[in-house]
Amino acid sequence: MRDAPMQLTAALASRQVGQGERSAGANVDDAFAIADAARAGREGLNIFLGVDRTWSRAEAERVDRGEAPERKQGVLAGVPVALKDNLATLHLPTTCGSRLLEGYVSPFEATAVRRLREAGAIIVGKTNMDEFAMGSSTEYSAYGPTRNPLAPTRVPGGSSGGSAAAVAAGIVPLALGSETGGSVRQPAAFCGVTGIKPTYGRVSRYGLIAYASSLDHVGVLGRTVDDAALGLQVIAGYDPRDATSVDVPVPDYRSAAASPMSGVVIGRPSEYYPESLDPRIRDACEAALDALREAGAEVRDVSLPHTALAIPAYYIVAPAEASSNLARFDGVRYGRRGEGDGLRGMYEATRSRGFGAEVMRRILLGTYVLSAGYYDAYYRKAMEVRRLIAGDFATVFASGVHALLTPTTPTPAFTLGAVSDPYEMYLSDIFTVTANLAGVPAMSLPVGIVDGLPIGAQVIAPHFGEHTMLGVAYAIERALGAGGTP
Amino acid sequence: MTARTRETALELVVGLEVHVQLKTRTKIFCSCPTGFGAPPNANTCPVCLALPGALPVLNAHAVQLAVTAALALDCTVHHTSVFARKHYFYPDLPKGYQISQFDQPIATGGRLVIGERADGTAHVIGVTRAHMEEDAGKSVHDRFPARSAIDLNRAGTPLVEIVSEPDLRTAAEAREYCVRLKEILEYAGVSDANMEEGSLRVDANVSVRPLGSPTLGTKTEIKNMNSFSGVERAIAVEFERQCGLLDAGEVIVQQTLLWDADRQEVRPARSKEGSHDYRYFPDPDLPPLVLSSAYIEAQRAALPELPAARRARLQANFGVSAYEAGVLTASRALADYFEEVASAHGDGKLAANWVMGELLAYLNTAGVDVAHVGVPSVELAALLGLVSDGTVSNSAAKRIFVRMTEGGGAPAAIAEREGLIQVRDDQALEAWIDEVWNAHPEETRRLEEGEKKLLGVLVGAVMKRSGGRADPRRVSQLLAERLAERLAAQQDP
Amino acid sequence: MAVSEDDVRHVAALARVGLEPERVRLLATELNGILSHMDVLSAADTSAIDLHARGEGDGMPLRGDADPQLRLARPRETFAPEMRAGFFLVPRLATHENAAEDACATHRCS
Repeated sequence: MRDAPMQLTAALASRQVGQGERSAGANVDDAFAIADAARAGREGLNIFLGVDRTWSRAEAERVDRGEAPERKQGVLAGVPVALKDNLATLHLPTTCGSRLLEGYVSPFEATAVRRLREAGAIIVGKTNMDEFAMGSSTEYSAYGPTRNPLAPTRVPGGSSGGSAAAVAAGIVPLALGSETGGSVRQPAAFCGVTGIKPTYGRVSRYGLIAYASSLDHVGVLGRTVDDAALGLQVIAGYDPRDATSVDVPVPDYRSAAASPMSGVVIGRPSEYYPESLDPRIRDACEAALDALREAGAEVRDVSLPHTALAIPAYYIVAPAEASSNLARFDGVRYGRRGEGDGLRGMYEATRSRGFGAEVMRRILLGTYVLSAGYYDAYYRKAMEVRRLIAGDFATVFASGVHALLTPTTPTPAFTLGAVSDPYEMYLSDIFTVTANLAGVPAMSLPVGIVDGLPIGAQVIAPHFGEHTMLGVAYAIERALGAGGTP
Repeated sequence: MTARTRETALELVVGLEVHVQLKTRTKIFCSCPTGFGAPPNANTCPVCLALPGALPVLNAHAVQLAVTAALALDCTVHHTSVFARKHYFYPDLPKGYQISQFDQPIATGGRLVIGERADGTAHVIGVTRAHMEEDAGKSVHDRFPARSAIDLNRAGTPLVEIVSEPDLRTAAEAREYCVRLKEILEYAGVSDANMEEGSLRVDANVSVRPLGSPTLGTKTEIKNMNSFSGVERAIAVEFERQCGLLDAGEVIVQQTLLWDADRQEVRPARSKEGSHDYRYFPDPDLPPLVLSSAYIEAQRAALPELPAARRARLQANFGVSAYEAGVLTASRALADYFEEVASAHGDGKLAANWVMGELLAYLNTAGVDVAHVGVPSVELAALLGLVSDGTVSNSAAKRIFVRMTEGGGAPAAIAEREGLIQVRDDQALEAWIDEVWNAHPEETRRLEEGEKKLLGVLVGAVMKRSGGRADPRRVSQLLAERLAERLAAQQDP
Repeated sequence: MAVSEDDVRHVAALARVGLEPERVRLLATELNGILSHMDVLSAADTSAIDLHARGEGDGMPLRGDADPQLRLARPRETFAPEMRAGFFLVPRLATHENAAEDACATHRCS
């Protein structure tokens, strides 16, 4: 019996395609059929910003014909994948969810995308996102919000909301997203899927449109821990085109499925379980901890004392870098140019018409904190606090703790339009930004569904500790079932 | 440049910022070629076009050349340096920021000797720092109506900016600093350092103060000087301008000035749009540049001989004067050429005379660079050999040299072909002497009466009669012998 | 450290974004609201932190000088807003209105 892609995992699908039991073309056709059934289009869930079915089918045929034999034998042979629209692709536009880049087709390809294609994956679409990845709900897309496939009145989270929704809706088993403060893990939690933010430097950022370079990561979303591990396996590794990528060997992540939990010490940081935490989330995380205990792990209460400083530090560093990274969108070489009076007028028209309100807010905030007289009080101070936060993790991991388990988000997916205050929106990243500031790997996996809304738990590990992190995630998934529901 | 009689003498204070293009094949942060002459924007890629998602990766050779330049200037090269982003909007700056080392440059604290002071000590100008950065592109404003045209081929060209201390006191010193700096950079092989071609650009910070004052006056910055003499003239003009303002009781306004070589004047640069707040911060795309002691020491060991050392060596090994050593080391290529000639021939003094005389005169007239001169150094040495052993006369040698520059071949062959080999056969010489003696009875009589200087006149006449081929020394000897015989005969009839 | 409307205008000018006058006040309020949450940072004791401190082997990787040029999969004209004769074109700079008689038309203004 053949599984429909809804149940099909990437691991199984690629094996079937590689052995000729099923065609890549059939997988792609199924992906589009499911997308249509789920009303993934503009009027429905609004998951995709760019789709070229003809090109995707042609790609699938190329894999099926074995035109590039390594693709047909690749670990993702014929697996339909979706890509966040801030990853540069050669055949579909890369808009970053912004009007400014409407219709922009990149003349080069992101390294992570190339690696997926070389492993046989078939790109079926570019997914919706908060403009320039600045947001936590995908409501700040210039092309309208994405809806949560599990609860369409709710947001899918963000900024990788489209990618999380594409996986949750069963269109693709695997998608790429990106993270700057939790933009893979938070939507993964809101949509009931697994999302990995690797160690900073583990996956090349070449071709990822920068938001805040020192915090940006390419991440993976999958329906299962195993698929997410498989996706990471393919995109991880040193890239000479990214000077911040690190030349450290990539272990076999899927072998973490066999990692025993006996002897593993799991930290439970008190700062991530405050009094105010939604009890539904607390209970789900405690259940995951219980499952780990039963599997033989030791759970230890720990403290990361500077956690409360993470959001303020993050919202200095990220906008500062963003104000710099987005300076290149000046209408000179690419992008939609605005017409104004002279060069100055052209710049201002291009940028004020091209950028949405949240992007504008962060550019101005970032410019302000870097400007003369404020640098030391804001940017330098935030960078120092960032070291304190990284030091918290280093101290805990040096004390014999192998991984941390926390809630991914303080609340389940909220209703579209419910959060209007910018800072309140920023607080939805409260448990995730720390890993970006410290550069440590972290992932979210579903640990339950309460009132129809998925709950995510987060596993955090030391630098380049993805294998350990995945071992814990596999153990939780084994105990609780994929999707957090046995 | 202190000056003029006025109530309080004013002193000029100058510091120079020199941008030097490093001699790499590819750009500093991407692998586009750095060469000139490509069609507009042909030498661009995702990185130097600042396309969304592109990232910079530092060129190892640019680092090596920057380290070499810093070591050649006696700087301390730092184990850790950091690239920062300097933000401003300009259409030829693709990222909206320039990647430039800011508060942690690759090197600091160097020195450059520009000559000797009156008391014989070295005249040292401090080098504050050297830092790496990328060049911007080029804007062309006069090609299309109402449009500026942007060519990014130059964007990302590797530069090292060398900043001097405000140690220069005259416009001539500033020029000398530039000359010495260019020389060192060229010797070190880090740059073509050619101002006309833009691979070396000089900006001057100029201020004046009452002589003896410890504080600096308000400075202006002069840009757009495109020759060393332009640097000297522009600073001199700006010094006069500032003195004039102060004399008139006015104040100096801190501003950027452009040198107009045609009008020989400075005028204010029209300011860039918007205010200057560069918002520097460390570039998060580039981790710190970390250089090991072993790396730095290896670069130090590999430093080629620099001009000062070479001058000293030429004096010691070839017996040339300090002045001659200075002329001969004006460029590395000229010094190499001289050494080859001198070593092959053996007489440094003669080689110096010829290289500084005939060769340089020819290079200047023909507008040829010594690297491309058609006379190989071994052939010039061979010619000098013919002079030394008396095969040809000095004047004949000059004629042979001209033929050599015209591609005439080996000097001995030319001498043979053109009949320039000296006649040293006494019989032939005596015959010419006889003819001259008989043709100039008046002069020979006066010579016999003791008017010794006429000996030279007669030698000249013999040379003329021989068509320049007679060996003048032998002719002189033979004439002297003949005179002695005549005198002896008169005393003893 | 309250953000004034002048600050907003200054920062908008630096960032080359045009703002309608009514947005200036709104943005000043919003930025003050956000920055008020950042005040906790000033209380954090960071005296032990040295941002310049580096671990072993933290240096950046370098590339070779002879690497091949990165290629563009499609010509610049396909994504450039305005190109002619290979140049990117922009409205002429206000400082170069009389470019034709400008002796140093291509000087660097940085």
